[in-house]
Amino acid sequence: MAGSKEIRTKIRSVQNTRKITKAMEMVAASKMRKAQERMRASRPYGEKIRTVAAHLSHANPEYRHPFLVERDTVKRIGIIVVTADKGLCGGLNTNVLRLAMSRMKEWEAEGEQFDVCTLGNKGFGFMQRMGAHVISHVVGLGDTPHLEKLIGAIKLILDGYRQDRFDRVMIFYTKFINTMKQEPVMEQLLPLSGERLGAPQGAWDYIYEPDAKVVLDQVLERYTEALIYQAVAENMASEQSARMVAMKAASDNAGNVINELTLIYNKTRQAAITKELSEIVGGAAAV
Amino acid sequence: MANTIHVDVVSAEAQIFSGEAEFVVLPGEAGELGIYPRHTPLMTRIKMGAVRIRLPGGEEELVFVAGGILEVQPNVVTVLADTAIRGHDLDEAKAQEAQQRAKEAMANAKSDIDFAKAESEFAVMAAQIAAIRKLRKK
Repeated sequence: MAGSKEIRTKIRSVQNTRKITKAMEMVAASKMRKAQERMRASRPYGEKIRTVAAHLSHANPEYRHPFLVERDTVKRIGIIVVTADKGLCGGLNTNVLRLAMSRMKEWEAEGEQFDVCTLGNKGFGFMQRMGAHVISHVVGLGDTPHLEKLIGAIKLILDGYRQDRFDRVMIFYTKFINTMKQEPVMEQLLPLSGERLGAPQGAWDYIYEPDAKVVLDQVLERYTEALIYQAVAENMASEQSARMVAMKAASDNAGNVINELTLIYNKTRQAAITKELSEIVGGAAAV
Repeated sequence: MANTIHVDVVSAEAQIFSGEAEFVVLPGEAGELGIYPRHTPLMTRIKMGAVRIRLPGGEEELVFVAGGILEVQPNVVTVLADTAIRGHDLDEAKAQEAQQRAKEAMANAKSDIDFAKAESEFAVMAAQIAAIRKLRKK
């Protein structure tokens, strides 16, 4: 019966694992709902500020804000990589990092340099191992994305762009499509492309206080921040859904393993009983 | 509905207020602004302070904003509120903090490696379980 004891311990250990994955699944499911709500809550701001920015840039064609000007030569790229702080969420982090990596290799081949800003722990560890130059880093975003936490890191990138240290700013994050599907994407943050702003509906002749430039500066800065915030919020919703799905798969697998092991356990137990019986019968016959 | 104006107060993190109002008072950069329906289009920055919204019933709603941008159209008022209290120095401090954190973490990446190690051990264990399963199936 030596084998059966080992199997029993194994079953118990897999049962414990299943308890944990099941709990994580449920936690992720409840967090996912909140994360999705938050992602949606941030949308009205993004839309409003986009229309305001579109109005402004349309109304002041003579003033070209640096955020709107496409640069001829691109020498240095600022990269923002949004990842989760924790693992155990399927291929979420790996996928977005793989995308970032392949793009970075392309840029490197073209002779462009880059600085990286990581939002989330996973991306930081990865970029560091890659030997990329990480200029700023935010961890511990928690379950609620707070703009306040991101401001510092964002400012470094925006300042870098304003001071011509970067000629382009790209952002990598995981786009939330639905609970089952999340996609790693790369988007150009700066310069803001015209199509992203869109054409304004109905032109208003605004009075600006103190003047159009000042207002436009602030609007565009806030708009960029809102885009980054939106990416982080979306990444969080993706993270929780991916984790829920991954943990559900893990729990299911653990269930299968338990069933198989139980079957083997019963078989060995029966074999042992049969063996014992036949020994007794054989012994009785011999007497 | 001729005598009301639609007011939206939104921040990056949430929609704070949305509804009809008779009159709105805001802390504009150049001074307090009172806005009635059919106000001339205006765009300005607003300071930190309270936005007072008088609802059609005569009740008043107070919303605190930490600054932001105000857009006024004849029948719509939009307040794009900042979520946090912002200031040049404050932003600067935060930027330095983020930079510092990156540098420190680069120099002292022990905890990160520990976590990576634990994770790789986990992966090995998972592979072992899978291998056992395959063997048992035969």
